[in-house]
Amino acid sequence: MPVLARQIEAAGIATVIVTMMPDTAEKFRLSRIVGVEFPFGHAFGMPHDRAMQRMVAEAAVRLLGEATEPGSRVDLDIAWPVDDRTAYRDWQPAEPSPIVAYNLARGRPGNA
Amino acid sequence: MAVDSYKYLPRSFREGYEALPMQADTPVWSPLRVPVEQASIALLTSAGLYLKDSQPAFDTDRERANPQWGDPTYRLIPRDARQEQFAAAHLHLNPHDVLEDFNVALPLRAFGELDAEGRIGRLADEHYSFMGYQERSLAEWREQYAPDVVRRLEHAGVHALVLAPA
Repeated sequence: MPVLARQIEAAGIATVIVTMMPDTAEKFRLSRIVGVEFPFGHAFGMPHDRAMQRMVAEAAVRLLGEATEPGSRVDLDIAWPVDDRTAYRDWQPAEPSPIVAYNLARGRPGNA
Repeated sequence: MAVDSYKYLPRSFREGYEALPMQADTPVWSPLRVPVEQASIALLTSAGLYLKDSQPAFDTDRERANPQWGDPTYRLIPRDARQEQFAAAHLHLNPHDVLEDFNVALPLRAFGELDAEGRIGRLADEHYSFMGYQERSLAEWREQYAPDVVRRLEHAGVHALVLAPA
C-alpha cells in the first residue's frame, strides 16, 4: 500500500494514508499519515460505530486540508474498546494465511 | 499520544518491521490543488472487498497454490454500494467485521456525510478495492494497476485519495 500511495502522489494526486502502522508509512516517506491504534482490517474503527468512523474520516480530511509538507503525521488518541488479547485474536483469520503456513513449515517466521 | 505501530502485529513479525530501514530516499508530495471543501475525494481499501453479484472474487485459490503470490487486481466500488452487495476475499484477515459493516475499511458513509455537509467538495462516484497481500516485487502494482488507478482518478477529476491499508 505505501508503494501505491507514493506512486499516486507522485502522479499529482494528493494522498492521505490511514494506517495502523504509521511508523512504517514514515519509512516510505509518505506525504500525509493518520495513525490509528486499531486491529488490522479496521482502519476506520469498530463496525456500526458511526461516531468513531466519522472521527477518523474527519482527521483524514483535516490533514488533507492543513498539511503543508511531506511526512505530516497525526496519531489519533482513540482507544479500541475491546481488550488487547481478544482484539489481537479476533482480527486474525481462522487458519494461518498460506505464507504463514508456508514459513512455519520451513521454520521461518515472518511474512514474504 | 503516539500510536504503537506494532501492537496488533503477529509477534513473530514485529522485529522485522521495527528493524525495517528507510524504504525511500526522498519524500513524495502533491499539494491539494483546491481547498478541501471543494475537493473531490476517492477512497481505496486493501481489505479484499468486492461486489459478489457482479465482480469476481480475488484469486485466493492461486495464492493457496503459490503462497508468495497475491492477486494484484482491484475492484471498483460505487459510492452507493450497500452492505448486502459485499463479499471479502483476503486470507490474512478475519472478514467478520468488514462483512458486518464495510465502513470499517471503506468509509463511504462517513465521507458521504462530509460531502452532504459541505466539508469536502464531493465524494467521488468510484472507489477502489485491492487485496493487500502482494508478492514482494509489487511489479504489477507498479507497472499496471497504480498507473491505471491514476488514469481513472484523473479522468474522474479526483483531487485526493484516502488510502486505508487493511
